[in-house]
Amino acid sequence: MIDYLWIVIALPLGAALFNHFLGHRLGEPRSAVPAVLSVAGSFGYAAVAARDFFVSATAAEEAVTVVHLFDWIPGLGAGAELLWDPLSATMTLGVTGVGALIHLYSAGYMHGDPRFSRFFTYLNLFIASMLILVLANNFALLFVGWELVGLCSYLLISFWYTRPSAAAAGKKAFVVNRIGDFGFMVALMIIFLTFGTLSYTEVLHNPGAVMGAGTATAVGLLLLVGAAGKSAQLPLHVWLPDAMEGPTPVSALIHAATMVTAGVYLVARCGAIFALSEIAGGVVATVGAATALLAATIAIAQRDIKRVLAYSTISQLGYMFMAVGVAGYVAGLFHLLTHAVFKALLFLGAGSVIHAMRDEQDMNRMGGLRAKMPFTHATMLIATLSIAGIPPLAGFWSKDEILAVLFYKGGYFLVLWGVGLVTALLTAFYMARQYFLVFTGPARWEEGANPHESPRIMTAPLVILGALTLVIGFVNTPFRLGLEHFLEPVFHGVPVAHAPEDGLLLTSLALVSVGAGLVGIFIAYLVYYRSADQVRERLLGRVRRPLMAFEHGYWIDDVYGNLIVKPGRRLAEWSADWVDQRVIDGLVNGLGGLVRHLGELLRPLQSGFVRAYGSLLTIGALVVVAWMVIRGL
Amino acid sequence: MIVTPGWYMTLAAVLFLIGSGGLLLRNNALIMFMSIELMLNAVNLTFVAASRAHGDIGGQMAVLFVLVVAAAEVAVGLAIIVSIFRLRRTASVDELAELRG
Repeated sequence: MIDYLWIVIALPLGAALFNHFLGHRLGEPRSAVPAVLSVAGSFGYAAVAARDFFVSATAAEEAVTVVHLFDWIPGLGAGAELLWDPLSATMTLGVTGVGALIHLYSAGYMHGDPRFSRFFTYLNLFIASMLILVLANNFALLFVGWELVGLCSYLLISFWYTRPSAAAAGKKAFVVNRIGDFGFMVALMIIFLTFGTLSYTEVLHNPGAVMGAGTATAVGLLLLVGAAGKSAQLPLHVWLPDAMEGPTPVSALIHAATMVTAGVYLVARCGAIFALSEIAGGVVATVGAATALLAATIAIAQRDIKRVLAYSTISQLGYMFMAVGVAGYVAGLFHLLTHAVFKALLFLGAGSVIHAMRDEQDMNRMGGLRAKMPFTHATMLIATLSIAGIPPLAGFWSKDEILAVLFYKGGYFLVLWGVGLVTALLTAFYMARQYFLVFTGPARWEEGANPHESPRIMTAPLVILGALTLVIGFVNTPFRLGLEHFLEPVFHGVPVAHAPEDGLLLTSLALVSVGAGLVGIFIAYLVYYRSADQVRERLLGRVRRPLMAFEHGYWIDDVYGNLIVKPGRRLAEWSADWVDQRVIDGLVNGLGGLVRHLGELLRPLQSGFVRAYGSLLTIGALVVVAWMVIRGL
Repeated sequence: MIVTPGWYMTLAAVLFLIGSGGLLLRNNALIMFMSIELMLNAVNLTFVAASRAHGDIGGQMAVLFVLVVAAAEVAVGLAIIVSIFRLRRTASVDELAELRG
């Protein structure tokens, strides 16, 4: 069974190739069939393959299997090897499970698109790339997956490439990710220099024996640069909000549930390295906390339904970074898993709303959709309460565990706990705001918009994800630490931070965070549900200035534009106008001019008179003779 | 009076000067051509004289080659001159200056 693990990757890859060459002949909706089935097949296979982990609680070493496919780059210690352990199994199940549902949803969402089959080609290619990323057993193969998901992200963000904004957003995502990848690659080089191999098996098994704390700090920080690029953390978060230009299922799959969590996965996978350096871990947690708070405040003032969710995703990824930064890997991965489910649900719900409103994304032009879209409303409500941290939904358990881990860690991390708590309040506020603006109140849409519930093929995934949001939190509750026990073999020999076991402390911490969530919802309720329009206007008018800063994302984009993009463009223009036109062209033109002038100079010599030539010949001969005579020859 | 090689050399030099003078001073292609032949044969004379003086047959061999090449040259050169004359009704090289740079 395990020996054929490559099937998990081959299925979506095969479907991608199939749709690439034959999809346009199958047309809509038939080309969606192989796409959906292949991902579902991968999920089934991975589920069966992962069953062993659940059934037999074997020794830690036995739960880790390496599947060697073929030699790839022996010099780097990089074979085409797949690693099958509880961590990669969790990621694989998450990617293929959520992926299959989003593929199904896309069959409805992309209805009528002229490049219907091409969309599924990219989507399947993404699933295959993501699986390469999470299943790789060495950093080289990880990097291949890392770059491939970046490529798919680019292709899918600018899927509607005739829109200039979509093309620009894809480019931006690509360039910003390149900055992160630079740090990542340097980290890989240091790892190779230190260990002489890139294989996980050798690098991550007791790295402290070879690697000093200083090197570990450098590697950890450089890995963070790569992770921050992929997972949209400060200061490289700017690409993710713009990535919302892509079709909504893409936002759900790539920019919420799977690809952007690759950075969290990377840090968790390299836990053994981060264990060697307190500084690196602390920086990861701090970056996460800053990102969580900043993105949450920005989300408060967004009008676009998808941009709210984009900033929310950045903020939630910040939570995960906080957790893995303090070595709370289980808490971070738990939140990764639950977030994948409920954020995918939120995005798909938002897609359903956008679909119903005929591509309207401004929440100020929605309202009162509860009655029109019962399924979308119910599932979105579940997801909203989940991300707000209301028990017993998924988000409550995972967010609470992260906060508990931070609190238990104590010292400096109490500050981060406070930041997490404030972020929880803000999260509840902006999500409730979104809910009230979209689903309640008077209808603010234009005449003739006529919103309607989406077709079943789109609501079915919503319902499944909604049900999952209700139950998935129970895989790791303080009463039954299922996921923690499951992941134990992965972090064998790596210290993992846990939540406190003291029941009273845990309960009070949970009450505090739930309280924060409830306060956030209550404020949103007061402002966006109870208040009359004039009252709300007056209330918001009092905080106009901060709201302006939030709405524009603290003008970070403008700062980058002025500090980096504009000088860069000027440099390019200078190179084009001055270096190329004057220096390079000048060199070439000058050489041509030199030859021409020389020709002009020598031209009179060719008089065309035979006797002139004869004279020159004679004079020349006489000179030679005279010279020979003088030399005495 | 003994005729030493020096006499032959002097004669050859005189012939060569006459030839080169004709080449430089006349403008009729045919005359210039004949001047060139005169110069060639002046050189031939030096070859033969030197060959005899040194007792080396190589000089005479060179003369044979020069004669053959000159004959071929005459055949081609005359043909060119005749066809130019037919075309332009003149054989003056001063008027044939199309190759002026």
